[in-house]
Amino acid sequence: MNLTLKVWRQKNGNAKGELKTYPVKDISPDMSFLEMFDVLNEELITKGDEPVAFDHDCREGICGMCSMYINGRPHGPLQGVTTCQLHMRSFKDGDTIVVEPWRAAAFPVIKDLTVDRTAFDRIIASGGYVSVNTGNAKDANNILIGKEEADEAFSAAACIGCGACVAACKNASAMLFVSAKVSQLALLPQGQVEAKTRVEKMVAQMDAEGFGSCTNTGACHAECPKEISLEHIARLNREYLGAKLSSNNVSI
Amino acid sequence: MSWITKTLSSSIGKKLIMGITGLFLCSFLIVHCGLNALIFANDHGELFNAGAEFMAHNIFIRTMEIVLFLGILLHIYQALMLTLQNKKARPVGYAVTNGNANSKWYSRSMGLLGTLLLIFLIIHLRHFWFVSRLTDEITSGQETLFGEMKEVFESPLWVVLYVLGNVSLAYHLMHGFQSGFQTLGLNHRKYTPIIQSIGFGFSIVIPFVFALMPLAIFFKFIQ
Amino acid sequence: MSKLDSKIPEGPIDQKWTKYRSTIPLVNPANKRSLEVIVVGSGLAGSSAAATLAEMGYQVKVFCFQDSPRRAHSIAAQGGINAAKNYQNDGDSTYRLFYDTIKGGDYRAREANVHRLAEVSANIIDQCVAQGVPFAREYGGVLRNRSFGGTQVQRTFYAAGQTGQQLLLGAYSALERQIGLGKVEMYSRHEMLDTVTIDGKCRGIIARNLITGKLERYFGHAVLLCTGGYGNVFYLSTNAMGSNVTAAWKAHKKGAFFANPCYTQIHPTCIPVSGDHQSKLTLMSESLRNDGRIWVPKKKDDPRAANDIPEDERDYYLERRYPAFGNLVPRDVASRAAKERCDAGYGVGASKQAVYLDFKSNLINKYGRREATKKGIENPSLETLIALGKEVVKEEYGNLFDMYKQITGEDPYEVPMRIYPAVHYTMGGLWVDYNLMTTVPGLYALGEANFSDHGANRLGASALMQGLADGYFVIPYTIGVYLSNEIRTKSIPTDHEAFVQAEKNVKETLDKFLSIKGTKSVDHFHKRLGKIMWEKCGMARTKEGLESAIKEIQALKAEFWKDVRVPGSNEEFNPELEKAGRVADFIELGELMCIDALNRNESCGGHFREEYQEEGGEAKRDDENYKYVAAWEYKGDSAFELHKEELVYENIKIAQRSYK
Repeated sequence: MNLTLKVWRQKNGNAKGELKTYPVKDISPDMSFLEMFDVLNEELITKGDEPVAFDHDCREGICGMCSMYINGRPHGPLQGVTTCQLHMRSFKDGDTIVVEPWRAAAFPVIKDLTVDRTAFDRIIASGGYVSVNTGNAKDANNILIGKEEADEAFSAAACIGCGACVAACKNASAMLFVSAKVSQLALLPQGQVEAKTRVEKMVAQMDAEGFGSCTNTGACHAECPKEISLEHIARLNREYLGAKLSSNNVSI
Repeated sequence: MSWITKTLSSSIGKKLIMGITGLFLCSFLIVHCGLNALIFANDHGELFNAGAEFMAHNIFIRTMEIVLFLGILLHIYQALMLTLQNKKARPVGYAVTNGNANSKWYSRSMGLLGTLLLIFLIIHLRHFWFVSRLTDEITSGQETLFGEMKEVFESPLWVVLYVLGNVSLAYHLMHGFQSGFQTLGLNHRKYTPIIQSIGFGFSIVIPFVFALMPLAIFFKFIQ
Repeated sequence: MSKLDSKIPEGPIDQKWTKYRSTIPLVNPANKRSLEVIVVGSGLAGSSAAATLAEMGYQVKVFCFQDSPRRAHSIAAQGGINAAKNYQNDGDSTYRLFYDTIKGGDYRAREANVHRLAEVSANIIDQCVAQGVPFAREYGGVLRNRSFGGTQVQRTFYAAGQTGQQLLLGAYSALERQIGLGKVEMYSRHEMLDTVTIDGKCRGIIARNLITGKLERYFGHAVLLCTGGYGNVFYLSTNAMGSNVTAAWKAHKKGAFFANPCYTQIHPTCIPVSGDHQSKLTLMSESLRNDGRIWVPKKKDDPRAANDIPEDERDYYLERRYPAFGNLVPRDVASRAAKERCDAGYGVGASKQAVYLDFKSNLINKYGRREATKKGIENPSLETLIALGKEVVKEEYGNLFDMYKQITGEDPYEVPMRIYPAVHYTMGGLWVDYNLMTTVPGLYALGEANFSDHGANRLGASALMQGLADGYFVIPYTIGVYLSNEIRTKSIPTDHEAFVQAEKNVKETLDKFLSIKGTKSVDHFHKRLGKIMWEKCGMARTKEGLESAIKEIQALKAEFWKDVRVPGSNEEFNPELEKAGRVADFIELGELMCIDALNRNESCGGHFREEYQEEGGEAKRDDENYKYVAAWEYKGDSAFELHKEELVYENIKIAQRSYK
């Protein structure tokens, strides 16, 4: 296939960026989207141009590093699929494909299609854990967890932290990401002890990072490569309001 | 800041205010719609006028009217704040977006629909509330609210505007009703589908009944 | 005399660790606060070690090249993690896990290390559950297990096909907690480019800030390399694109011995290569062999589609050759068997380099019937059975099936998967003693980066176990042996001559890459290296092949340093420059792998020399001459000196490995 790519190029965080047009030829439908970018970069390097910088690592849809906004949608046209697992058979010969970085104040551009998502790490550091030191655990089967709760917690824990939810949301809200972690730990007995403080701190950090607020459009869920459910956002709201009303924290 | 202001100024807190005020305004719509539907008794507005009379003089209703205005103002203020904050969360936009692939247009357009509703509301208040509360035209008995309605809805312009206003309302409710429950954390596999069905029905029925009134009067189905 | 002292404690095998742990010198809490530890890499080993050391009170700095510690490639592990819990009441025990691991490793691992691993395996599950890792559970609320290769018990704990992800997120959250508490400083998008040695001890690292390109110096009383394996030396592997050997290789060049580099694990069930454009290979978890049956047509070059080949014309060659373990033989055995069938002309698919992994019969007979019985459906139709079976399979492996469909465009619920072996894991790595310290004092290696526990072949679901064992339960104790003697060492300022010199060397190398301005991209060289390695140092190796590979690699190295083209500059975010450094190190490592493979005149585990095989094609070990760990010392360009650590088996009787 022959395609026309329009790719966001930006030298660094301070520079001004623009969409640049690149034709690519002889693309096999069996290639992944990123392999198509490999072809483009190989060509750019041989021509003496700068290759396009983009984040990627595992290329099997689990590390959460790849992050391209393709034709107006994070991770491209398919549902439940990351950019690295998107294959060129999803496009037609002659297509024009516009590729942009995730756009959010909390995700500043580093270069080209690469953005800084450390805001997510700071949110987890603010409370997305169970405070248990190594060596303190009792036998694993002493904690019984019903299959349903365990499965539900797992469905939240499946989040790969890619940020597609933020990229898709018209408000650049990180509620789906935050709710996945809050929900996972709220569903499990291990998470109960510090449930209230956790949700209060994580929401405070989310706000401090400059993410927008959730207006329940559901775009995040629709674009999430792991199809994290909106039920988790409702649970986050519930946990947050409950914690605010009943916790002893007056200063969070 | 105290914990209360912190809670209410957090992103979820702001949404909480939107949700609560929104659902409260929905409850008002039921009362408003129910009362206005009295015109369909088609008794030259007698029943309707009696209802209006009651509403104008009941102390509880008058108090709630103040709460209602506060609710509307809060809903608008909070919406403005949220919109500004959400705009700031994405200072550089996308060159290409394809929102229809992942969400309903009206869920993304609540600000626009709300603004249209606000314009409609101002006109609507000028037409009826202003007359019934701030002038003595009705209290003095020289005019009835039903008469006022007939007068306004003689004009095709106003009829079209009222119908369009209610279309905006329908879409605003279609997202807003169930969104309010989601914001309050009221989501359950058993009940959410029911809430969504009710919300859908609500956002069709209420605006439909409202829109029927100017049409019915304009086409003289109601005398 | 050998320079290698493995420091294995005295005493009976089942008491070595407990006794040793209780006698290791301690560091008091006040002193811990002034001791600094650098952890490079944030996978299972790195995150768990960093979190635990910080919990204990040490000052910790963590470095990773990705944008977040959560991206480390441990996240991609699919099937599960072993632990000797005996929850299934099937006769499992610490000893059995120990025995299976030694045997699975073809008797090339250290007994004491492996026994310790088996001992702490149970603690790992406890710890992870306490952190909120959502393992699969039974309806009654207890943990669920599945089977893996090379064992006859069910001891593998899992979370759908995303076990590595869940375990890593557990360790990552423990790490983030310490970051939040200010006890760990996190340096993401930083790549370690050299270690710093002062007075014979490792005292810090030089790291490049990948965003600004600035070289930065960091001091540590001890440095832990948790940087994973080097499978990407083959270019195509199941590793992440960024996985690299650079940290380990730089340490090797600074005096750390590299052990058993030729032990590479070729995983039998990967999605086959589809064309030249391919950038990586994708694994289909070993757990699929629980329910999938591997076969090829009985007829050579059979042109029929898989579903058109009747049952009696299918050759379930693993079940035929290894009736006791069947489809669950260890990876090296399964991979070689697949290669044998394809080489003999029975391969399937367009390339004929694939075999079938078929779920149909288990889907229908095992799950479909069970569900039908459960639901009380009498005489269910085939469609009903398939539909019922699908539901079960979907729950167990849904994400893997989706991934397969995404990559190949075929639906594995309908047609059998086509699979072929691919490079997956490297058992070799930096040589470490019982304390996990390399031959450089103060420099440690954990997880896949070291060589210690898997011998010549790793059993499935044991990598996660080892990474977390090293990080959570071994290093926190054993590091005390060294650090208890360092309490008087003050922080060394990073303007020390050794730091300055190390940074200068790194800078020179980077400048060199940029100044070559040749005609070929870094990937071009990487692909060529991979091709040499796969063909001559891959699943089957020969003396002639390895000798020619060494020459080819040396020529490739010369060409690389003359003709590579690295665009951009040093002072910016420059992924091509990062890759250049990694590939330069892979080229050097590739040579050492071939040298090691050439030295080892036997076949064992993942190392198969065609000259050394039994009648039926099984690997032929030479215990008399090669029952040792080959640890290589760097002696300058293309020069390596061999040191041998003899392996002593006091508790397990060495035998020919049989899964028949």
